[in-house]
Amino acid sequence: MPDIVLYAAEVTLNGLMAGVLYALVALGFVLIFKASGIFNYAQGVLALFAALTLVGIQRGQVPFAHLINAMTGKHYTNFPWEIPALLAILLTAAVMVVLAIIIEKLVLKHLVNQAPIILFMATIGMAYFLEGFGDVMWGSDIKTLDVGLPQGLNEMIDNTTYNWFGYGFFIDNLDIVASVVAVLLVTALTLFSQFSKQGRALRAVADDHQAALSVGISLRFIWILVWSIAGFVALVAGVMWGSKSGVQFSLSLIALKALPVLMLGGFTSIPGAIVGGLIIGVGEKLFELLIGAPFLGGATENWFAYVLALVFLVFRPQGLFGEKIIERV
Amino acid sequence: MFYREAGDFKTSYGEDSQTFPIKFDRLRYFAVLAIAFGVVPLFINDYWANAVAVPFLIYAIAAIGLNILVGYAGQVSLGTGGFMAVGAYAVYKLMTAFPEVSIFIHVILAGGITAAVGVLFGLPSLRIKGFYLAVATLAAQFFLVWLFNKVPWFYNYSASGQINAPDRTIFGVFVTGAQTSAMAKYLFCLVMLTLVALVARNLTRGTVGRKWMAIRDMDIAAEIIGVNPLTTKLSAFAVSSFFIGIAGALFFAVYLGAAEVGEAFGIQKSFLILFMVIIGGLGSIFGSFAGAAFLVLLPVFLKNVLVGTLGWPTDLAAHIELMIVGGLIVVFLIAEPHGLAQLWRVAKEKLRLWPFPH
Repeated sequence: MPDIVLYAAEVTLNGLMAGVLYALVALGFVLIFKASGIFNYAQGVLALFAALTLVGIQRGQVPFAHLINAMTGKHYTNFPWEIPALLAILLTAAVMVVLAIIIEKLVLKHLVNQAPIILFMATIGMAYFLEGFGDVMWGSDIKTLDVGLPQGLNEMIDNTTYNWFGYGFFIDNLDIVASVVAVLLVTALTLFSQFSKQGRALRAVADDHQAALSVGISLRFIWILVWSIAGFVALVAGVMWGSKSGVQFSLSLIALKALPVLMLGGFTSIPGAIVGGLIIGVGEKLFELLIGAPFLGGATENWFAYVLALVFLVFRPQGLFGEKIIERV
Repeated sequence: MFYREAGDFKTSYGEDSQTFPIKFDRLRYFAVLAIAFGVVPLFINDYWANAVAVPFLIYAIAAIGLNILVGYAGQVSLGTGGFMAVGAYAVYKLMTAFPEVSIFIHVILAGGITAAVGVLFGLPSLRIKGFYLAVATLAAQFFLVWLFNKVPWFYNYSASGQINAPDRTIFGVFVTGAQTSAMAKYLFCLVMLTLVALVARNLTRGTVGRKWMAIRDMDIAAEIIGVNPLTTKLSAFAVSSFFIGIAGALFFAVYLGAAEVGEAFGIQKSFLILFMVIIGGLGSIFGSFAGAAFLVLLPVFLKNVLVGTLGWPTDLAAHIELMIVGGLIVVFLIAEPHGLAQLWRVAKEKLRLWPFPH
């Protein structure tokens, strides 16, 4: 087989894995958009905040150490203990639930019935706030996140493909784990929304706010629930991205990468988020390999996803699986 | 007592359709112009010009531009940073290619080039609406920044990949380059802002502005009553990008002097200007000024308090500043979703009746 086909196959596999991670972030967007019509820009920062909190709890950092030191002149850094990864993840999940409650109480409650653009801006404001808050709470240095996930070259795939084609594929173990986790997460979410009482309420709210209210579903509870779930999804995404490239500010930028994924898939469709993520992941990697790097000077991954989504939307304005847009005067 | 139309009789069509029909408004407007042109330049020094005045003037131009697109025509755009970069690189290429032409003309031409690019990226708005469009404009942001980074022609093959503004003069006074005085910078930007604001104000009062607002309120209904969505949306994109291009050109040539595209015109800039528009008030020229002033002054103020007075480390202060800006945006949206311009309108209503409110 010619080399370029093998490269392309390897890149496609890696693109699929990257796409799964994009889809993870996009999933949080879709959940919130469906349940409350809010386009939640803060999703990426939620992932960053979750990852920061996880590292902080795991290492036993003193929260706000920087601020306390600046105000009192002392030098606190760490508590004298470390917390096992699993417990730390549970604690972080609890923090995300508390955060969801606070967001609902302080922000969303007061913005009911506002225009979507105002809500969108509010989530950008929240993103700024959380970004600053996370840094003040845990420090802004680049942290490594290690919750015991396997990392590095998967030797089995490398050996097998070497025996088959004479060229070993490089697949990161972490990407495989991430894909498995993503599949589990989506399955769990689907089961939850199809078969549990809260899940049904969630779908009812997504269908029609007023009708849901009229049959006695508490909108506020649903919002807290859905922001908690989005926080949990953000935690998972934060763990995966954090293990891969360290916990730092750029983590919050994956939210921007999730936007074209959403556009491709449609804002209201969970399968759309996943398919969109895979298309974008594979598309940008293949484009970079075949056209970007040889002809355009590289780094096309920065914009390829957006341009693809833009071109795609011109032909299908509601995305792949979005609800058909019906406009009436 | 002061602010009222009573007793202010119009005897000609010209008077009736003037920009500021109420006498108090008109006087205030001339007073502000007189102070801005006559008094401020006498006292301005380098610190005030670079930290407050020049960024305020330039951001106000950009905010007016974005406000036309988002506030008047209802097309949400997150590509402002990219369009500012077009203005900056256009003025750079023009300045280096035609050194004998006045910088003033270059800045206007840069606006024109940005308008053309804006129309190009505005074309999808005929099919894509709402948030889908907002995200689609991100394509402009990222693609343009990448383009200016990757194609050496745009930065004249300089080794650092930066663009540096050469020295240029107007009437023998330096307005770009290292020798520019604070006053020259300030006055140059002020002249541009005054022109832009006048054009914007009068465009939005007339036929064009009403078409934009009709499209904003409901584009299908507007189309049915005879507003052409193609020309209306594209003209909004063109005018808006024209102003944003001018802002980008000034931001690079007058304010920064040297720029690296990813840093100076990244996505953060798009959001910053969108914040100015939202906090100031959508669909209001005055709001653009107020929003720009607020978001330029706030960080300067916070930095002075936190670092200067309390003596905290700069990185901590930067994070707290992020928190406060983010928090304030949320508070603002909750308290007054129509922005500072709405507060101003309420104040004017009160003024009309004062001191006898019943």
